[in-house]
Amino acid sequence: MQRLGPWSREAWTVLALHLLRSSRSPNTGGLFFGTRDLSPQQMAIREKILNAVINCFKCHGAKGIDTPVFELKEILTEKYGEESRLIYELKDQGGELLALRYDLTVPFARYLAMNKIKKMKRYHVGKVWRRESPSIIQGRYREFCQCDFDIAGQFDPMIPDAECLKIIHEILSTLQLGDFLIKVNDRRVVDGMFAVCGVPDNKFRFICASVDKLGKMSWKDVRQEMTGKIGLTPDVADQIGDYIQQCGGVSLVEQLLQDPKLSQNKQALEGLKDLKLLFEYLTLFGIAEKISFDLSLARGLDYYTGVIYEAVLLQSPTQQGEEALGVGSVAAGGRYDGLVGMFDPKGRKVPCVGLSIGVERIFSIVEQRMEATKKIQTTETQVLVATAQKNFLRERMKLIAELWDAGIRAEMLYKKNPSFLTQLHYCEETGIPLVAIIGEQELKDGVIKLRSVASRKEVDIKREDIVTEIQRRMSES
Amino acid sequence: MADRATLEEAVRLQGERVRGLKQQKAGAELIEEEVAKLLKLKAQLGPDEGKQKFVLKTPKGTRDYNPRQMAVREKVFDVIISCFKRHGAEVIDTPVFELKETLTGKYGEDSKLIYDLKDQGGELLALRYDLTVPFARYLAMNKLTNIKRYHIAKVYRRDNPAMTRGRYREFYQCDFDIAGQFDPMIPDAECLKIICEILSALQLGDFLIKVNDRRILDGMFNVCGVPDSKFRTICSSVDKLDKMSWENVKNEMVEEKGLASEVADHIGAYVKQHGGVSLVEQLLQDPKLSQNKQALEGLGDLKLLFEYLTLFGIAEKASEEKVRTTETQVLVAAAQKKLLEERLKLVAELWDRGIKAELLYKKNPKLLTQLQYCEETGIPLVAIIGEQELKDGVIKLRCVASREEVDVRKENLVEEIRKRTSQYPATIC
Repeated sequence: MQRLGPWSREAWTVLALHLLRSSRSPNTGGLFFGTRDLSPQQMAIREKILNAVINCFKCHGAKGIDTPVFELKEILTEKYGEESRLIYELKDQGGELLALRYDLTVPFARYLAMNKIKKMKRYHVGKVWRRESPSIIQGRYREFCQCDFDIAGQFDPMIPDAECLKIIHEILSTLQLGDFLIKVNDRRVVDGMFAVCGVPDNKFRFICASVDKLGKMSWKDVRQEMTGKIGLTPDVADQIGDYIQQCGGVSLVEQLLQDPKLSQNKQALEGLKDLKLLFEYLTLFGIAEKISFDLSLARGLDYYTGVIYEAVLLQSPTQQGEEALGVGSVAAGGRYDGLVGMFDPKGRKVPCVGLSIGVERIFSIVEQRMEATKKIQTTETQVLVATAQKNFLRERMKLIAELWDAGIRAEMLYKKNPSFLTQLHYCEETGIPLVAIIGEQELKDGVIKLRSVASRKEVDIKREDIVTEIQRRMSES
Repeated sequence: MADRATLEEAVRLQGERVRGLKQQKAGAELIEEEVAKLLKLKAQLGPDEGKQKFVLKTPKGTRDYNPRQMAVREKVFDVIISCFKRHGAEVIDTPVFELKETLTGKYGEDSKLIYDLKDQGGELLALRYDLTVPFARYLAMNKLTNIKRYHIAKVYRRDNPAMTRGRYREFYQCDFDIAGQFDPMIPDAECLKIICEILSALQLGDFLIKVNDRRILDGMFNVCGVPDSKFRTICSSVDKLDKMSWENVKNEMVEEKGLASEVADHIGAYVKQHGGVSLVEQLLQDPKLSQNKQALEGLGDLKLLFEYLTLFGIAEKASEEKVRTTETQVLVAAAQKKLLEERLKLVAELWDRGIKAELLYKKNPKLLTQLQYCEETGIPLVAIIGEQELKDGVIKLRCVASREEVDVRKENLVEEIRKRTSQYPATIC
């Protein structure tokens, strides 16, 4: 057990004064740019959503793990390509060089290699850190929660991949966020496509990032970036354009399998064949109509080797103020067969496929919706132990201890002689449904007055029956 | 090898150049030129360069949780969280790092154990060291005066890890705090009730909660003659009494910290004492301590605390007793004189039925003396024989902690004792 350090009154006073002077105003949206505290209301929403997500993962037989928030810097370097500059590093304080984890996938690969695991179905819910330009409107922070589900191991093709998509579908449906779409593509199709269009090898990653912007920019602007900054010839850019503006179902896959240029490219063919198989499985899973084969999906991360996917919410016109939030994905993932091999000392490969639920965006959306509607109860207290008269502190304490010991969620005010109105008011404010009232007459009669806050009805319950009565009422509501 | 070293240096420099260009968002053409140069250099180092040669491990003092460990953790957290919720606490969360200035100056000597983040051009940050300073920052920032909150999260300390003893650099804390101005000692009593509930529910075995008061400590140091400037350091010596013998602690105070020997002896006379509320009463009468205003305040509050703990049914878990050295369940006592024979008969009956029982080796002990004996040694129940009770065929069974008494028919006594001493949590009465 870690020793708890001593806190002198002086230290506390200094702390309080210092903080009152130096604390940032809540208007900045957080204590400093890119991060925020979570209030009880926000935590209550979060808890519900995370429970739904984890439930689904467990339903599919995944086991949970956890890893430290930082890794050896060398483990994270070189894994994220362009995005590596966004990693938070720890100061060199004379020990190992460390950095905060950027996602949960690289730690997973490290975990597999370290423990020499060949097959695993795991989920991991945890925070990750990225020094991105935060955008509070878009619900994008520098510290945010990810919910990852991954299947590691050599299996028959596309079955695990299909299960991942099924999970995304289940979660987004359960959370009732409205209509959504899951875009699907394959890294081999992307690379093959670039190759047959004539993109030089060393420009692949840049073009990839450019293509990825098609969801946020018009083709005209993307084309401009390709021919301008990246330096592609207009012809090559146009060829790319012909492809990436296409999306559709399995029929598009079939069409491309016949495409004269693409079908000549071995990589692209492999990718297309796997996509066709995937669509068969998705149809069997009953989710194919929410899946769109989208050639503009390129995804930034370097380690994907096969199928890649991204889920977006389709905004309905009635949801005001959510426009900005609707842009951007709420879930994403793909296959990454080479990552574990990079960690294994002998380079042994463990193929992996997985998904990450972007819960922060989901929290923001749900938060916005709830603000408009009902009040969120931040505690689960069932009964307030109260009294209408003075000098009943001791009886309140005895009764509340009895309730706690029976597992009932109870509170009392920290006042020797609180006013009855204050106690009732407290119940209304915090959403406590019942009040157990002690009084002189009641004591003599051996009863407790049980009051329903909502209906204001009061009934005398025998002291020895109070626990069972409260339990009965809670189970009925 | 010198060649290789030069080459590696060249690779490193070129790598930095590329990173620098990317950060500056230089033209794509330029970047790709420099990347090509880098790749060429790396190629020269040989095919090995492609494979990463690093140690596969978690950082020092940290560990992964495998599925089995996660399952255990989940169960433990469920118990803890359900207790916090039962007491009406809300939950909050804060970022894993704070502004460095928020953490500076709060942890004294321990400040060197804080993990700093590298200065990457933004604000200076550091990983949180505990959950209390972030809580205080949260209160100040949101201008809150009243809140009952819990917070379960990891904290970070660059300590010397001792992983076999469960001491890590990254570890969980489960905090529960009540902020606000309230009538004295009620929230304090609730905190102790919570600790009891959690430790009982986790079924870790018997436990004891030690209680003291900073004002009593300071008052005690004062009346013993400790110079003000040495208060904190003597405090940390005294704190080691649970790991070291008094002789070693005294030695540290006198030899290492320069305390006068008689002063140390005075301290020794106090710190060896522990007990229940009777010790509090005793110290309130102590000639020296009762002259000290601070100590009096502290003792007064402790007395009130013990009253509330008794009402909460946990007073016998809160004392400074060492773990009970006997397992005696009931003391056979008498309320009046000349009842030795009856006591002897009853205690024998209890022993025969496997109940752990005692009686005082006095023919006519006072009831108060017998009750005090129970408090000192931690015996939870008293079976009181009295003249009237004998006539009625009952024994008065008294719960030491709550002081409640109930008449139990003689033939039901053993069963009643068994029932009460097998219950968890600590509501024996």
